[in-house]
Amino acid sequence: MKLWHIIRQFFLLDMIQGFSVTLKNLFKPKFTMNYPLEKTLTSPRFRGEHALRRYPNGEERCIACKLCEAVCPAQAITIEAEAREDGSRRTTRYDIDMVKCIYCGLCEEACPVDAIVEGPNFEFATDDRSKLIYDKDKLLQNGEDFEIRIAERLQKDAPYR
Amino acid sequence: MVSANRTTQEVTVGENFTLNFGPQHPAAHGVLRLVLEMEGETITRADPHIGLLHRGTEKLLENRSYIQGLPYFDRLDYVSMMCQEHVWCLATEKLLGVDVPRRAQFIRVMYSELTRLMNHLLWLGTHALDVGAMSVFLYAFKHRETLMDFYEEVSGARMHANYFRPGGVSRDLPEGLLEKIAAFNIEMVAHIDEFEALLTENRIWKQRTVDVGVLTPEDAIEMGCTGPMLRGSGLSWDLRKSQPYEVYDEMDFDVPVGKNGDSYSRYLVRIEEMRQSLRIIEQCIEKMPKGAIKTQNFKVSPPPRNDMKNSMEALIHHFKYFTEGFHVPAGECYAAVEAPKGEMGVYLVSKGGPRPYRVKIRAPGFAHLQGLDRMVRGHMIADVVTVIGTQDIVFGEIDR
Repeated sequence: MKLWHIIRQFFLLDMIQGFSVTLKNLFKPKFTMNYPLEKTLTSPRFRGEHALRRYPNGEERCIACKLCEAVCPAQAITIEAEAREDGSRRTTRYDIDMVKCIYCGLCEEACPVDAIVEGPNFEFATDDRSKLIYDKDKLLQNGEDFEIRIAERLQKDAPYR
Repeated sequence: MVSANRTTQEVTVGENFTLNFGPQHPAAHGVLRLVLEMEGETITRADPHIGLLHRGTEKLLENRSYIQGLPYFDRLDYVSMMCQEHVWCLATEKLLGVDVPRRAQFIRVMYSELTRLMNHLLWLGTHALDVGAMSVFLYAFKHRETLMDFYEEVSGARMHANYFRPGGVSRDLPEGLLEKIAAFNIEMVAHIDEFEALLTENRIWKQRTVDVGVLTPEDAIEMGCTGPMLRGSGLSWDLRKSQPYEVYDEMDFDVPVGKNGDSYSRYLVRIEEMRQSLRIIEQCIEKMPKGAIKTQNFKVSPPPRNDMKNSMEALIHHFKYFTEGFHVPAGECYAAVEAPKGEMGVYLVSKGGPRPYRVKIRAPGFAHLQGLDRMVRGHMIADVVTVIGTQDIVFGEIDR
């Protein structure tokens, strides 16, 4: 044992062993991705940027029940609501402070009408913090932009909810 | 001019001086500030200054319902997220007295072990990088990425999962995930051998870790060390064995124990723990039962979405759950899990009502950090980096 130790030390066998690992890995396929051009797949449960959805007929889903506001652990959601001209109750203000938000997904879980969802988009970094306070228009716009992908992922994940 | 220089030299030679290590130091693992008293390059006293990442989690929890408090636990030890959620769930369930379905228990155990793997991979990578081995870091992070994908597939988030819930887990495993985990499991065994080939016999690694930061068994107990820190010193103490929770008593695994209590022993212990975790994951996949993934008591868990849309009673439960939360009977309890870093505990006091009255979080890193002074005394400054690495310090849980 002692002799073997000396031989190993003298002939740098421990180093050669290590270098053989790095050499082997050198010829393995690359694991890294060319990010802006390539993107990793995200699961249907991915929790990214929020969006407010509409029904297929264009009516907004949110009925201002304020469950999301109540459950939000970071208190990032602010809602104000009153009755619309046609008598239906809708939000007049729906703000999410994306800086406060901790992306826990509880708002989506709480929403009884699938209005607020955490969409598949994760590329919403800006150079200005004020742009991260999302109002209702921005959230509805997100809903329009990502509706196809959101609907697809909700459908895929529906059996598990 | 020359004489002036000489006099200043004469004054400084042989005098103790104080060195600030961190909080911006890349080897300080976050926001550790160490005030080191040095004699030349030898450390005579190390004084950790903590609190730079204090967010008042314990106080915040008093104003949150039990489900709202859960995401805060992800953010304590932010490299072993689900283990922290686990302890909160266990504490809440203990007071509630609800039973967790068997499938949920298996999922929880499996994900706890995946988390342990994830934590140890990060620890191995950063520790090796601090000490001077670059390639281990790259390989460890590669596999960690796969583990984060598993996180994302069940919960939707790569790190802060919010997946375990009092009474079970939030959603069932998606189809095909178990096969993926099983495939990863087989691969990972070979990868751990790779890490060992890179480090275990490596002379530089040994020179940097053997006999550095020795913690005797007596010291380890005195300091309240748990987890690999305690086991590295030769004491076999693992909550998964000594007071099994969930289905750990059905799992066949060994508790690795170190011999010398130095950084190298702890490295070996953690490497072996990774292998044991793989064993547990394998058994979980094999034995995974079918059935419910959360308690069917809809007072403490949300009803299925389909029911909520069709049944009035389920809708009421849904609204109650997400606004007020559930009421936990008055009482107090302590629940602990074997987190990757050691015993993570929660002491929960409830006076009834939907919010906890007081929560005390027992973080393993906090106890380990107080042993830092004993471990680095008499060592060189470069060894401080090794000791911080071997303690596996994460400031999220220490400062809370």
